[in-house]
Amino acid sequence: MERAGIIDVVVIGAGHSGLAMSRVLSERGVEHVLLERSEVANSWRSERWDSLRLLTPNWLTRLPGYSYSGSEPDGFMSSAQLVEFLSNYAKWSAAPVITDTTVTRLVADGAGYRVSTNRGDWLCRAVVLATGGCSQPLVPRLAEGVPSRVQQLHARAYRNPEQLAPGRVLIVGGSATGVQLAREIQSSGRPVTLSVGEHVRMPRLYRGRDIQWWMLASGLLERRIEEEDDPERARRVPSPQLVGVPGLTLDLNALRSQGVEVVGRLVGIRDGRAQFSGSLQNVCMLADLKLNRLLGAFDDWLDRHGRSLGVAAAERFTPTVLDQAARLELDLSDEVCTVLWATGYRPDYSWLRVPVFDRRGQLKHDRGVSAAGGLYVLGLPYLRRRKSSFIHGAEDDARELGAHLCDFLGVARRAG
Amino acid sequence: MTTQTNVAQNGVNVAALLGAREALSRAPEAARFKWRATSTWLNGTHSRGTVEGFFGLGGEQAHRQRYQFDTDHPEIFASEDNGATPVELVLVALAGCLSAGVAAVAQKRNIQLNSVQATVEAPMDIQGILGIDPDVRNGFDRIKVHYEIDADASAEEIAAIVAQSQKRSAVFDAITNPTEVAVTASKV
Repeated sequence: MERAGIIDVVVIGAGHSGLAMSRVLSERGVEHVLLERSEVANSWRSERWDSLRLLTPNWLTRLPGYSYSGSEPDGFMSSAQLVEFLSNYAKWSAAPVITDTTVTRLVADGAGYRVSTNRGDWLCRAVVLATGGCSQPLVPRLAEGVPSRVQQLHARAYRNPEQLAPGRVLIVGGSATGVQLAREIQSSGRPVTLSVGEHVRMPRLYRGRDIQWWMLASGLLERRIEEEDDPERARRVPSPQLVGVPGLTLDLNALRSQGVEVVGRLVGIRDGRAQFSGSLQNVCMLADLKLNRLLGAFDDWLDRHGRSLGVAAAERFTPTVLDQAARLELDLSDEVCTVLWATGYRPDYSWLRVPVFDRRGQLKHDRGVSAAGGLYVLGLPYLRRRKSSFIHGAEDDARELGAHLCDFLGVARRAG
Repeated sequence: MTTQTNVAQNGVNVAALLGAREALSRAPEAARFKWRATSTWLNGTHSRGTVEGFFGLGGEQAHRQRYQFDTDHPEIFASEDNGATPVELVLVALAGCLSAGVAAVAQKRNIQLNSVQATVEAPMDIQGILGIDPDVRNGFDRIKVHYEIDADASAEEIAAIVAQSQKRSAVFDAITNPTEVAVTASKV
């Protein structure tokens, strides 16, 4: 096997997390490389739909030592703009990115690790997995029941409505992706049925300020995973129903007034007929109640800390309105041309041959620190803080894990 | 609102439930339960259902005693009305399941319940079961459950408890989502 090199640390993935970690390691003088299967910010170049905008405003888009400096702080970056931002960051921070290098296997080797790639092996003392939580599209197994004449695609393969046949589209999933695609596809003249399970309802603006301002200012984004009663559940909370358009709230009420049909969670497909759960009213009630608790927490925070901030008066939003009897079945063969899966992603660690997985095959770690010495993971939802998977959330996690990693290298050196 | 020092007394052992959750997440095989019932036809539309044993925590378990439930149809169906109709038992099961959840969630949130009254109503067009109109389904058109709850909590907290109990209810799930049902017969 060709040997690519020997180095202290290999960071896998040159997205925002990997670049943030690289910057932290450089500041600490730790020798490292950043292996990237394609080029910097690859998934933002090739795995996003055309109209996508970030859910966080530009003023909040920042990485260690670097922040947005353009003329639209309240705007939301497109994928292309984020690619430019991350590419500029990689140049600015002189990140040692090795592009077009796909990791095929990672195994323990002596006191460290061997990272095999399509361009030779790296030997290192520590590895940071920064490939993110969105490597593989998740499609529920019941997709097998979709009749063959119905077009199916996952949101990762979706680009724009013109890609879809002109008839009805069933969108499965009511989180950020599902509601955004429902809006866009319904606007294109294709009628949309949106299947919604548990979801997180959020207004774009609250009391005249962007919701992300509230999340940040009130300290909610700083909340640490160890403060959660049920960390696993906290990590599974889906993305909020938001779209990166200033001032635009995209909840189920907005979609319904646009003509989108809202149905319950897809729970089965039998003889070509999709079956939806009768629990729609409850999941909407849960989302409304949680929204009001969130807004109540913001109001309380403002009362305690910020009376002078000059925000508008407290407000509450109309509860989610549903059809009297939401449809429980939909004949896919007759009534639907396309099923669009907005059902999320999972990380892909199929190349990771180190025993760090739990019974269900999920990577085990304590806030990013795996049980295998020197093996770290970064950039997963709520890894250490609520903001962990956001771009601006990478810095604090990278600094803390970077410190841990340096301690480990120091210990490993002394032992060696 | 209850103060921090008062502990709600709803008769739910939350510590035991949380302990079981913790233990079973580490031993998922023990979490695989099997519920059973038998039913003996007596006469006409009258049957008697019995529950006694079930499987769980890795072994056979038994109720404290055997429970029996008579089901029948009312007199307006030319039956003897020796018990609740089966569909009414479904409604009873739903309310029983949700109310158990209400108590458990309230206990976990340290909210004292004083009274909990559920009213369940489920319209049904019996043209379905009579085979008059093939477009009418046999089952309920919909089910409405209304809770009247007296508790030391705000209206919003009460709504949240009821919503959470649906999220964790087995019967709510069994009714709102499809379930594969296999019915077989053998000659004896």
